[in-house]
Amino acid sequence: MLKEKDKIFKNLYGFEDWKLEGAKKRGIWSNTKELIKMGSEKIVEEIKNSQLRGRGGAGFPAGLKWSFMPKDSGKDHYLVVNADESEPGTCKDREIMRNDPHLLLEGCLVAAFAMHAHTCYIYIRGEYYSESSNLQKAIDEAYANNLIGKNACGTGWDFDIYLHRGAGAYICGEETALLESLEGKKGQPRLKPPFPAGAGLYGCPTTVTNVETIAVSPTILRRGSKWFANLGSANNTGTKIFSISGHVNNPCNVEEEMGIPLKDLIEKHAGGVIGGWENLLAVIPGGASVPLLPKSICDTVKMDFDSLKEVQSGLGTAAVIVMNKSTDIVEAIARLSHFYKHESCGQCTPCREGTGWMYRMMEKMIHGNVEHQDIDKILDVTKQIEGHTICALGDAAAWPIQGLFRHFRPEIEKRIQERNRRVA
Amino acid sequence: MHHPGTNNKVYKKINDNFEWSSENFKKISEIIKKYPSNRIQSAVIPLLDLAQRQNNGWLSKNSMEKVAETLSMSYIRVLEVATFYSMFNLEPIGKNFVQICRTTPCWLRGSDKLSKVAQEVCETNIGETSDNKIFTVVEVECLGACCNAPMVQINDDYYEDLDEESFKKILQDLKDNKSIKVGSQIGRKSSQPERKFDA
Repeated sequence: MLKEKDKIFKNLYGFEDWKLEGAKKRGIWSNTKELIKMGSEKIVEEIKNSQLRGRGGAGFPAGLKWSFMPKDSGKDHYLVVNADESEPGTCKDREIMRNDPHLLLEGCLVAAFAMHAHTCYIYIRGEYYSESSNLQKAIDEAYANNLIGKNACGTGWDFDIYLHRGAGAYICGEETALLESLEGKKGQPRLKPPFPAGAGLYGCPTTVTNVETIAVSPTILRRGSKWFANLGSANNTGTKIFSISGHVNNPCNVEEEMGIPLKDLIEKHAGGVIGGWENLLAVIPGGASVPLLPKSICDTVKMDFDSLKEVQSGLGTAAVIVMNKSTDIVEAIARLSHFYKHESCGQCTPCREGTGWMYRMMEKMIHGNVEHQDIDKILDVTKQIEGHTICALGDAAAWPIQGLFRHFRPEIEKRIQERNRRVA
Repeated sequence: MHHPGTNNKVYKKINDNFEWSSENFKKISEIIKKYPSNRIQSAVIPLLDLAQRQNNGWLSKNSMEKVAETLSMSYIRVLEVATFYSMFNLEPIGKNFVQICRTTPCWLRGSDKLSKVAQEVCETNIGETSDNKIFTVVEVECLGACCNAPMVQINDDYYEDLDEESFKKILQDLKDNKSIKVGSQIGRKSSQPERKFDA
């Protein structure tokens, strides 16, 4: 288990003061000026050495992403923090923003300095009303204490942070859709290239990064990339906030070391599966978009990017949705299909039409109201959506269904047989 | 499933002229300062939000035209945004806008039961407004508080760790104009494990 001293999020649950005074007691803003003095190249180097991978779902190496920002573009540079947390199962950034907002703000300054950006927008989902008011209060405090603004922290670097509330669209968590939304348009993803580092917000070099990625970076710089890289395993380093929801006795967010066995995570932190481990049916290990895992895999799998990829799933946002044997597994996935149907932005035909079609098929499958060959038909359609859309929402809608049939095909075949018997 | 925010039609009834309140007018100049001076269209979502708050929770045609005028945008660009985002209601709603999360993590913990309770207590169907205009009840997709499931959003606030009983009480208290407790209904501070568990 992760030692208390290695925790980055010391006020994850809000037991202590989230305001500036409390934040300072936890060491936030203590030597930010020294961190900035390292210089942007050294900061990026340290983040690279820490092997920190993006915490928003895709797991792209953070240092590498930061290094894509041009040095001398002659344009304004922007850091955009993706706080549009809407992946079903995920509720970690919410806790950072309402319980430790200064951790994020300090990270914004350090990261923006490394990317030569004087301006940062934090795009928070509209529904997070009290979270955004805490965050705004923290921003106001930081301005009033000259931690940000002109000559931020006495470093000579001018830096502004603006909070921008969204208005309820999952797709705006996709980085280019987020930029469109921030420009005052419908949140429909852009074709890449050009990538945001070349032409992002207002056509200027931009990096879009998840809240947690930004929030951990000052601590990495303070304690050194070696410390971070020694946690977890190679290529899957550091700590991570896991959101454990569904059929567990104590659903919770918890910061743990990367690579913790899934079983330990559920049993040690979330009070175990309701009805005991033997009552486990399946787990979605990384938010709604990743394929589920049956109990046999859950027994041994480790929670990190590479281990979960090996079992044809993914770490995603590390949102662990636990389902015990009382679950109608087909309906659980059908509900997710409904989610994707609702959230498709409508730009690409395979996704716009496909998500609705898949949802209708999944609804029928709950009661076995399909034919045996429909199973292969729906799998074929998922393959035609996957990879044929501008953004990954199409893939995200396809994967849960593929995961269901990979591990629970007999269950659906049984339902079809039962229906046939009823009809006959 | 009907939801005032996923409606694509502009509500026909034309209400009185929409003018910014003086308080909101001041807020607008603060909001616009966040964006580069040639990019004030960025403020369209914040301004629609402001207009909706001033207009009892929904956007009339006049209010959207006002936003367009304020930001020197064409009306269709504003309408396009208002129809795209689910938080903008294009028809009138009740005093309490009850949004029940229906996505898998909440469903696993009994969100279905909450929907039933809401229909009974609020005396309306999902997607509709009660006759006395006190409640509009809708089912929505994931609201991002999954470790406190099942949960419901009423106007700006989250009500978490619900069960049938506690949710019934919240709705009844709203009906009776009593004050209600925001956040977790079982006394959790946030999303810590409910009790210390010794493995």
